[in-house]
Amino acid sequence: MTVEKRGNTLVVEDLKVHFGGGKSLLSGSRPTVHAVDGVSFSVPAGKTFGIVGESGSGKTTTALAIMRLVNITDGRITLGDTPISALEGEDLRAARRQFQIVFQDPYSSLDPRKRAGEIVREPLDLMQIGTHDERDAAVRDLFQQVGLRPEQRALFPHQFSGGQRQRLGLARALSTRPDLIVCDEPVSALDVAIQAQILNLMARLQRELGLTYLFISHDLGVVQHICDEIAVMYLGQIVEQADRRTLFTNPRHPYTKALLAAVPMVHGNQRDRRNRVRLKGDPPSPVNLPKGCRFASRCPLAQAHCHEQSPPLTTREASHKVACFLQ
Amino acid sequence: MSMTDPLLSVEDIVVDFQTRAGKARVLDHVSLEVESGEILGIVGESGCGKSMTALSIMGLVPDPPGRVTSGSIRLDGVELVGMDHERLRRIRGKDIGMIFQEPMSSLNPVFTVGEQIAESVRLHENASPRAAMDRAIAMLRAVEIPEAELRARAYPHQLSGGMRQRVMIAIALACRPRVLIADEPTTALDTTVQAQIFDLLQDLQSDMGTAIILITHDMGAIAELADTVAVMYAGRVVEKGTVETVLSSPQHPYTQGLITCVPHLEPDPPAERSELMEIPGVVPALTDLGRGCAFAPRCRATIDRCGVEKPALLPSEDAHLTACWVAQGGAQR
Repeated sequence: MTVEKRGNTLVVEDLKVHFGGGKSLLSGSRPTVHAVDGVSFSVPAGKTFGIVGESGSGKTTTALAIMRLVNITDGRITLGDTPISALEGEDLRAARRQFQIVFQDPYSSLDPRKRAGEIVREPLDLMQIGTHDERDAAVRDLFQQVGLRPEQRALFPHQFSGGQRQRLGLARALSTRPDLIVCDEPVSALDVAIQAQILNLMARLQRELGLTYLFISHDLGVVQHICDEIAVMYLGQIVEQADRRTLFTNPRHPYTKALLAAVPMVHGNQRDRRNRVRLKGDPPSPVNLPKGCRFASRCPLAQAHCHEQSPPLTTREASHKVACFLQ
Repeated sequence: MSMTDPLLSVEDIVVDFQTRAGKARVLDHVSLEVESGEILGIVGESGCGKSMTALSIMGLVPDPPGRVTSGSIRLDGVELVGMDHERLRRIRGKDIGMIFQEPMSSLNPVFTVGEQIAESVRLHENASPRAAMDRAIAMLRAVEIPEAELRARAYPHQLSGGMRQRVMIAIALACRPRVLIADEPTTALDTTVQAQIFDLLQDLQSDMGTAIILITHDMGAIAELADTVAVMYAGRVVEKGTVETVLSSPQHPYTQGLITCVPHLEPDPPAERSELMEIPGVVPALTDLGRGCAFAPRCRATIDRCGVEKPALLPSEDAHLTACWVAQGGAQR
């Protein structure tokens, strides 16, 4: 397999995804959920961009919006020359071969009634890629590429282990030879010993095929291992963004610091952990958003003006962006 | 009961399941002990027998198809294996509490959380409904739920995941059990909430002197919370000792793999990224374990003996126990 250089870059500009709103039949106006509220970033070809945050931070909704699996309220998404956010109907369907997704749960994301070979072949059939024989050969190659045996094409999903199913999910995503693969918590549902197998496979595929990954995860250890650049999301917005080394050696947003402090360390000291920043409570509801900084209600450093004004995401040094008045 | 008896001791427990594929030995001579005020961690992949160990302590092994074939489980010297169901029911929930992985499916959706905490107090302590509800509210306060009186009247669906797990802990601790079994208590929660729950467990444990058995797949959680650790593989304990010795010098290749295969957060990550160490393959089916070490097919350092004879759990140099022929000094017998 030779390394292919691809020029495509994912660019997301001021993406907003709001749910609800409008009028409902019974209770009058419905509340609006600001799931993603003004998110911008770009990913160079062949790199891995990570998004981390707690549940409800909007990281998965961002991924689904880029996949055009939820309606976009506002903003622009482009992949190379393809304006993903502007496409509709058959144009969108045809463009989907350039961007594919691997889901979190390898159990519910594979059709239990289809054989593994058909599952991997389905995108080729739907996109009318190649002749019948070429598709057969492609599926056989894909199985080998993700570390499965070609004869396993005849098996059903329940005959595979969790890690093997995620290999199937990867093979299916790779089948249309996409530029971008969106990975939504691809190893969270797997056993610890299997996670390493899948992460190493993903890294190898990226090297061989020049893939671009958008990697969604709540696991900072995994993100640190696999991502080149990382955005931390809180309540629908990016609060800090930096390259991998900068984010972990010099985190500046109090939320990022708290996230890092919450991770149990194998080689840490039990006595140290009680002195670290602890977040109290749960994130506020994305329906009634506070006026000022969204993190202020849980922030150990918040000042009066943090509750009044919302800090913009500003560039500090090189590629390091932070949305905090105090840092 | 002699002075040296631990609070809870599991000795050589064997649990067999009848399956269509034949007999599966899901627990194979498992021995564990935990003292008052101590946290014992049990780690391993799914299917290694962690949860089954918990169920056997609770007397909840589904029978049939399962069966406690032999062994002994003693709480304060009292034998639990073979105890009649009525007596066991009185111990469960009172002397041994349990919290489960998924708080939403373990709570009853049609009762308020206050009623669910009060229920165990009424049943086990014959408390009046009024007194039981007062205790429920006190427990909600103890697990740091704000506005406890108000929250006691809430239904599970009205609470966040972290709050539900706090309610589960309140139920489990309402009768002040001497042993608390926590089966993956934070797996479904965000890391920030997990840190809160860990703090809470540690505080409650030091206040009440409860012994905790923490079942997890996360070595980080073990490092932060536990005093002693047992690593399980294919129904057996393969390494056991204090957390410091096991984590600083793991002897069993499976333990070494569990520690190195996970990308751990580094405060100062190197610029160059290396491949993660993999444990190849998957956990074997318990119905067709061979004569030898169950981990041998996935092991990088096998010798001939590994394929033909199961290694016993023996002390290594720093006094922690390992079941590995290679770690025990190789082929000489």
